[in-house]
Amino acid sequence: MATVQVQEDTVLDARGLLCPMPIVKTAKLMKGLSPGTIVKLLTTDRGSLADVPAWAATTGNELLATSEAAGELTFYLRKG
Amino acid sequence: MQYPNGPSAAVLTEADVRRVVRSELSRDPLSYPGANAAAIIASQGTLDGAYPPLILATTAAASGMAASVFFTFYGLNIIHKDFRRLLKVSPLGNPAMPMPVPLPNLLLGLPGMGPLATRLMKSKFHAKHVATIAELIESARDLDVRLIACQMTMDVFGYSPEDFIEGVEFAGAAAFLASARAAHVTLFT
Repeated sequence: MATVQVQEDTVLDARGLLCPMPIVKTAKLMKGLSPGTIVKLLTTDRGSLADVPAWAATTGNELLATSEAAGELTFYLRKG
Repeated sequence: MQYPNGPSAAVLTEADVRRVVRSELSRDPLSYPGANAAAIIASQGTLDGAYPPLILATTAAASGMAASVFFTFYGLNIIHKDFRRLLKVSPLGNPAMPMPVPLPNLLLGLPGMGPLATRLMKSKFHAKHVATIAELIESARDLDVRLIACQMTMDVFGYSPEDFIEGVEFAGAAAFLASARAAHVTLFT
């Protein structure tokens, strides 16, 4: 897998939160951002592995990269 | 082929039908207006029953859908001003409910068992950082989820509009169906 270099504009820390709050908070944050803005989303909810890609695909936002380390999930999203 | 509606009816050839079907199949499913609406019914008035409709409605709204929840029968508890006290869990007749010690129904019916089960469930949710019902309701309002109380059950139970939280609308079955018929996602919880 190629390494992706992404520089986020803003970080959303949703660690410790469970469904549906990571998605609800992401949607709320991204609503106020201008297109192209990159958000780094941190979660510990395993469900977000499926939920974040599904949310991005249905809302016109782009999931640039996903990574996992020590039980923490990191998503890079670009506002569409 | 000809529709039996008289001379003005459209005449479709097999090629026409194939073309229409192909174009429908190639359409982005999200481009249908119904794909962007969710109409959910909440009929349960328990703590565990309050979560699914609120989680689905907030997530639908967070996904850009117009979401509404129609609260009927015991579901009215969820939007009652006193929801913190009204929403409970019952261990009685619920063999799936995790209890610290397995107890027969006969004992679960004793006074105090309901409140105990409710406390256990709330502390488990708290320990796992599950959002509270209050937080979900706040998120729902934040995301413009329409909260609609069933007028008929309100009348049966003797509720008045002042018994409910701010922003609740009041309507009946026809109003729910009017939004549900235009929504691909309709759920009865």
